[in-house]
Amino acid sequence: MNIVRALKCRECGQEYDIQPTHVCEFCFGPLEVVYDYEKLDGYFTRELIESRPQTMWRYKELLPIEGEPSVGAQNGFTPLVRAKNLEKALGVSELYIKNDSVCYPTLSFKDRVVSVALSKAVEFGFKTVACASTGNLAGSVAANAAAAGLESYVFIPHDLEQGKVLGAGIFGTRIIGIKGKYDDVNRLCSEVAGKYGWAFVNVNVRPFYAEGSKSLGYEMMEQLGWKAPKHVVVPMASGSLCTKVHKSIKEFIKLGLIEDNGTAVYGAQATGCSPIAKSVKDGTDLIHPVIADTVAKSLAIGNPADGFYANRVINETGGWAEDVSDQEVIDAMKLLAETEGIFAETAGGVTLGCAKKMIESGKLPRDESIVLCITGNGLKTQEAVLDAINKPRIIDASLKDFDALAEADGFQAAA
Amino acid sequence: MKLRVYLTFDESTVREPLIWKLGKEFNVVTNIRTAEVKNHMGLVGLEIDGESDVVEAATAWLADQGVKVAPIEQDVIEG
Ligand SMILES: Cc1ncc(COP(=O)(O)O)c(C=O)c1O
Ligand SMILES: [Zn+2]
Repeated sequence: MNIVRALKCRECGQEYDIQPTHVCEFCFGPLEVVYDYEKLDGYFTRELIESRPQTMWRYKELLPIEGEPSVGAQNGFTPLVRAKNLEKALGVSELYIKNDSVCYPTLSFKDRVVSVALSKAVEFGFKTVACASTGNLAGSVAANAAAAGLESYVFIPHDLEQGKVLGAGIFGTRIIGIKGKYDDVNRLCSEVAGKYGWAFVNVNVRPFYAEGSKSLGYEMMEQLGWKAPKHVVVPMASGSLCTKVHKSIKEFIKLGLIEDNGTAVYGAQATGCSPIAKSVKDGTDLIHPVIADTVAKSLAIGNPADGFYANRVINETGGWAEDVSDQEVIDAMKLLAETEGIFAETAGGVTLGCAKKMIESGKLPRDESIVLCITGNGLKTQEAVLDAINKPRIIDASLKDFDALAEADGFQAAA
Repeated sequence: MKLRVYLTFDESTVREPLIWKLGKEFNVVTNIRTAEVKNHMGLVGLEIDGESDVVEAATAWLADQGVKVAPIEQDVIEG
């Protein structure tokens, strides 16, 4: 059943037919997909959803594609983990981790947005897809495009680290490194998107792309036993994920799939790039663009397109926003790994680091349910923690040497 | 060409009539599509229409005046 109604301007309300476009002709406001939810009355039930395969597409009526997905049909449905050890470490009573660090196929939540964007691109008849990215998005577009038999272009700053280039290059995409200052590189990407007839995932098909993030929220609620948490903490770059997690909760309430639990949404940023968190703390809704300087590269968006809307969601739901230093990011990455066995990327360190800070400051209550959205994998940002981990102790290949070491650790050989 | 940009004015530029000056200095048609101005900051969505090189020079001039000129998509380079 297709319940997509139109694209609607978030500012002036003007509606547009479904097409690859992203801003309002009249006021430049961003366009958003809107739906006729009444059409799902009595049809879109918990039972129907539960009967479907465990992928993000079990909620396909609420994603803006027609029929079945043509790209990324297996993506999503990552684990929701009860984090007992971390609960103890933080002194809270009910904590969960939505673990998108193992999202299929490229280990970040971007696989959700990209599979919607590319499925829609195929529907629109595009043969070539593109993005501008320094990491997760590049890899996800390249991989999902390869699997779908689409041509892809990935634009990156020319001096990007080798490992990140590899993460996209292996999929045979066309990578273009652009020289110049950040703003100039950014402007070129926008111009290319406007000029070539491609599906630029975070430009002309952004309204569809962004909707993919809602699937993280749907899964979270289903996995909690058809319930929304009291509090959810989301990492913010453009701010889109934050707004879409909120939208997913409102939709489930509207559809009668869950009760309204008064969920508060919290945003997490790194101090070196915290324009949204700053606006929340300053009590304003104007976002001052900043020049990003943080170890959390995946969140380094200095002029966030959805900053205003993320700020509004946080305020309206009674949440808060916080930011943490690079050192706090690294400490939190280690804490998560050592308590829960989850190796998250820097963005995960930002989310946990901010949650910890907000628990300590009392912004997050200790006795109510909290979900942390962990959105990317630590293997992609190894350089961040290289100096922070225990180095192996080197011994000769001699049992005596090891016995001495084990004894020092307090271990006795079994009899 | 018709370029669509967001201009961010800060404390030092928010009181200056820079869009008026732009029209005087360059042969472009400017069309404000949205604006929000507060004491310390201003945000303007502007359409600049003219010959490509003139439009480019006009945006470079704005940047020189201390205005942040961004595409209406704002940052498109994601993580
Ligand atoms: C790992 C990770 N987490 C979170 C985000 C935030 O996404 P958004 O731009 O929707 O705020 C990104 C974006 O690049 C990301 O790569
Ligand atoms: Zn509009």
